Amino acid sequence: MEKRVVFRSSWLPYLLVAPQIAITVVFFFWPAFQAVFYSFFLQDAFGTQSQFVGLANFAELFRSESYLNSIRVTAVFSTLVTVMGLAVALALAVAADGILRGALAYKTLLIWPYAVASAVAGVLFAFLFAPSVGIISYVLRGMGVDWNWVLRGEQAMLLVVIATVWKQISYNFLFFLAGLQAIPRSLIEAAAIDGAGPVRRFWTIVFPLLSPTTFFLLVVNIVHAFFDTFGVIDATTQGGPAGATQILVYKVYYDGVKAADLGGSSAQSVVLMAIVIALTVVQFRYIERRVQY
Amino acid sequence: MVENRPVLRFIHHLTLIAGVVAVAFPLYVTFIASTHSLESILSVPMPLLPGDQLWANYSQVLTAGSTRGAQAPVGAMMWNSLVMALAIALGKIAISLISAFAIIYFRFPLRNFFFWMIFVTLMLPVEVRIIPTFKVVSDLGMLDSYVGLTLPLIASATATFLFRQFFMTIPDELVEAARIDGAGPLRFFWDVVVPLSKTSMAALFVIQFIYGWNQYLWPLLITTDEKMYTVVIGIKRMIVGGDALTEWNLVMATAMLALIPPALVVILMQKWFVKGLVETEK
Repeated sequence: MEKRVVFRSSWLPYLLVAPQIAITVVFFFWPAFQAVFYSFFLQDAFGTQSQFVGLANFAELFRSESYLNSIRVTAVFSTLVTVMGLAVALALAVAADGILRGALAYKTLLIWPYAVASAVAGVLFAFLFAPSVGIISYVLRGMGVDWNWVLRGEQAMLLVVIATVWKQISYNFLFFLAGLQAIPRSLIEAAAIDGAGPVRRFWTIVFPLLSPTTFFLLVVNIVHAFFDTFGVIDATTQGGPAGATQILVYKVYYDGVKAADLGGSSAQSVVLMAIVIALTVVQFRYIERRVQY
Repeated sequence: MVENRPVLRFIHHLTLIAGVVAVAFPLYVTFIASTHSLESILSVPMPLLPGDQLWANYSQVLTAGSTRGAQAPVGAMMWNSLVMALAIALGKIAISLISAFAIIYFRFPLRNFFFWMIFVTLMLPVEVRIIPTFKVVSDLGMLDSYVGLTLPLIASATATFLFRQFFMTIPDELVEAARIDGAGPLRFFWDVVVPLSKTSMAALFVIQFIYGWNQYLWPLLITTDEKMYTVVIGIKRMIVGGDALTEWNLVMATAMLALIPPALVVILMQKWFVKGLVETEK
């Protein structure tokens, strides 16, 4: 991607990129470099002395039961968020694509949760599901469910998953709807003439043709579940009970800010950076060959 | 529509109505809770019709905050959120526009290096480098200030990519014509590029305004002074722990105040919102 015609100036382009590059260096590269640097050092409790320990922080990390638990929790959390979020959004998008009237009104009513901060979404669901006063807890108790996410790990997980999915549906819905509307009508009409019913048409034509969108959303949702859900966790369970919802991003924050473990938190930052880089590479490799078959 | 199947259409409408109800229910309960006194919310089950405390609750939080949690007025917090959202959205648009212009319309040594540097920031969300970034901001004396709240979040690879992609679609003939007419790069930028980029800017503005307004982790770390709280942080500080102790009516009134501005932006600027969302992810 190159322009054929360009301007000539020996200083102007540098001046134009300067603000962005300056902010990038000061607030991105320098901190990232420091995270890598600190991850090789062990600090004493007062932060006055530090000692080079090589990879010991990493070794410690992968031996620590709470970190391994956090990896498991993150895997469960991101899988549930991705699968539930995509399934619900796909059902809604197929329905919105299949009606003649009112599609725009439904769309407007479905997309606004995108505007809600994840921390606010967390607070709304914490209130709905509050063990003693929540309205949904009341209904659940009426159905004989012993609902108390403050004490029960699996219920706490369910709560943060529901709050995250609620917020993420609008995003997935918009992309699925755009993907569905891009499928050529002629293919579907041809299948209908050949006698294929709606269900069969969906699984043999629509779903395969939608796979680029689905794959794209899969990656985006995993990234979202990994990194953008700090607010939901902090506003509801704060990682508890007993680490049941302590995802990796929350643990970096907790160990670094609350427990002031600079070396350990930096090592976790480095691991997270490696994960983001891997996911970004996957995403971009896919986008380069964004082909429909 | 391929064929007329009333039953199928009925199922589609039913699915959508169920979806709309499920999505709206939390908002409805929040609104109801914000119109009642604390006593009536704590009576289980809470009422599901609006109460008469709407004015009392909202004026209480806007001017004074909660009584048991943070006692800072939410009105001031909303101002902070607005400043933060606008500064991030406008700042990102401005610096991305000029850096994308430089990278597309000039050939200069280090051009690819700069592009690569911007690209890499895509992979370093603030969540993964919390402690060191906090340290840098603290060393620069930017804690509890608008500069500290906004400047570290202004660099954005996605915005630069969006403009870069858009500039590639501007025909080369326009540059040639401008050059024949004797216009320099800055004249071309103001008179051709900026007017043509207006739709992209509007789309980006919607996405980045929401991004800025909804920031949570960053303001949580760098604001200790109640005067600098954003409204999203304010809600969190009102929850004092323990279901029955929190003043849910006031928390829910604040939640409404926190989500109305970005929700209005999404609904009123829906066309640009969808465009911005789809294009920033390419």
